[in-house]
Amino acid sequence: MNEAGVYGMVAEFGDATTLVEAATAIKQQGYRQMEAYTPYPIKDLHEIIPGSNFVPPIVLVGGLIGAATAWGMEYYIAAIDYPINVGGRPLYSWPMFIPILFELTVLFAGVFAFFGTLALCGFPRPHFPLFNLPEFSGATSNRFFLCIERGDLLYDSESTASFLQSLNPIGVWEVEDI
Amino acid sequence: MPESIALEERQRHTARPLDPNNPLEVVAPGTTFETVSEQISSIVLTRKTPLFWWCTFGFGLFLFVVFGISIAYLLAKGIGIWGVQIPVAWAFAITNFVWWIGIGHAGTLISAFLLLMNQGWRNSINRFAEAMTIFAVMCAGMFPLFHLGRAWIFYWILPYPNTMTAQPNFRSPLVWDVFAVSTYFTISVLFWYIGMIPDLGTLRDRAAGGFKKGFYGVLAFGWRGSSHHWRLHQTACLLLAGIATPLVLSVHTVVSFDFTIAILPGWHSTIFPPYFVAGAIYSGFAMVLVLGLPLRAVYGLHNLITVRHLNNCGKLMLVTGLFLAYTYLIEPFTAWYSGNDFEMYTVHNRAVGPHAWSYWLVILLNVVIPQALWFYKVRTRVVPLFTVSMVVLVGMWVERFMIIVTALDRDFLPSSWSNFVATFWDNAMFWGSIGMFIVLFMLFVRFLPMIPMAEVRELLPFSKPGGGTEK
Repeated sequence: MNEAGVYGMVAEFGDATTLVEAATAIKQQGYRQMEAYTPYPIKDLHEIIPGSNFVPPIVLVGGLIGAATAWGMEYYIAAIDYPINVGGRPLYSWPMFIPILFELTVLFAGVFAFFGTLALCGFPRPHFPLFNLPEFSGATSNRFFLCIERGDLLYDSESTASFLQSLNPIGVWEVEDI
Repeated sequence: MPESIALEERQRHTARPLDPNNPLEVVAPGTTFETVSEQISSIVLTRKTPLFWWCTFGFGLFLFVVFGISIAYLLAKGIGIWGVQIPVAWAFAITNFVWWIGIGHAGTLISAFLLLMNQGWRNSINRFAEAMTIFAVMCAGMFPLFHLGRAWIFYWILPYPNTMTAQPNFRSPLVWDVFAVSTYFTISVLFWYIGMIPDLGTLRDRAAGGFKKGFYGVLAFGWRGSSHHWRLHQTACLLLAGIATPLVLSVHTVVSFDFTIAILPGWHSTIFPPYFVAGAIYSGFAMVLVLGLPLRAVYGLHNLITVRHLNNCGKLMLVTGLFLAYTYLIEPFTAWYSGNDFEMYTVHNRAVGPHAWSYWLVILLNVVIPQALWFYKVRTRVVPLFTVSMVVLVGMWVERFMIIVTALDRDFLPSSWSNFVATFWDNAMFWGSIGMFIVLFMLFVRFLPMIPMAEVRELLPFSKPGGGTEK
């Protein structure tokens, strides 16, 4: 297979234990562009395969925008745009603004969390090169995969394959990038 | 060697992710990654739809049609077709609203609060509980909407630049309610959906092909279980849980403000927010059991919804029920202690007035009968637990009715007193909303994974590295 049209080298492992051991070994070998595919989250992998996580700041910004929106809207409407004089009570009655302030903070934080996570995941992306591998459909049920991507500096069809074979996998495949 | 056996036994238990002192399993032995995936996805993808589903769906659809007719007639005639008048201007519609939205709260409590508390047992029941929340909030939203009378101009309550140059009054709890309920609905849907994406990926990958694969493929957004995605997904779920937990408390607090900000005796009380929230979670857990027990029996989910779940839900019902019993005690005490004639008369009117039946029914259904939950045998057996849950659901509806109607019908001036009598359309609208709930819930059960497969996999003993293998 011509390396140019390749997405990466995929190896399947029998369980979480061997997967984490293999991921550690691959990292020690010097590979950096690696990704694991598992049917449920495995926390140990997050240390072995580091990655960015911008979800918390996105949610914080969303919450702050929500709070500012609520406060600005309530102040503008209640005190400037449509003032209602109730027995001379203050127009800027901020304690009464708190419930909506809270709700809009939560609403914006939640909407930012949802769409921010989708964006960071690159979703929607209905097709992915690894879906070309028939075995890969098990990655969402009971099968554990590791993929060394072609962009890795150490990637080489033959040496990477033989290295993965040495980690006692169930199978090793080179997957096309279609 | 009994000692070594005991040690071995203890080690066997401590190796599990759950409370080692509890003999009850949260997932039955013999469950593997593959059996969970097959068991849940086959309900959606391959298994024949059971007769139970068709019967329930048909019953729900019938009531849903009744709902549609009620709404059509209401829009044509106006809310005069209900029994509401002055002073009882809120009756069934607001009762139904408060009841439905309260039912939703247990779903969020299970999916959000118990996630923050790291309660692994909630994993297998959170999906359908969250679906229950969404559909309950949808039913709840119908009632204030149609109670407006002119439902087609409901958007007047929203702040937007308009030719009338009028704006909502942000000092009104009714406006807070619009924001609270719509936020609650939105956040519930987003939380539910983001939790479901990995399972939709499973359905996509297990679908035989064609339309089903495409359908779930689109819904799954391309989920493939990569560790980077899991990291983002886990963070998002945790943060959504963190904001949904105070949200759920705020929503019923704001609902209780609809009453307690008014100066009416029987409503104007600082105990209302915790009173309403406790009642909400109480009725919500009852609904979780009323839905979960039949699903468990029909779809054979005994290995995932175990005796431990029933026991825990029963305990939570008992606790929230006792909160509620406390507020029932404090209400008359506060009225007596205030020395206020009108407050004391409201208590008197509740106990012996024209709606005394509702007061005593509430005490019986919400306080007396649920004390059966003290017994392990009641909490862990299907028929008694289901019966108590139904009792609580009815009791909570009657409670909302009692709070609203007995405070309104006899307020300060005897000359303005009146009574409330429900009409046919009051009842039709209520039962119709139950139909809407059943239809939506049955469609969910048929087309979406009702148990979170990925989260159940995490509970299995061999899911952690070093935990051995399932093969």
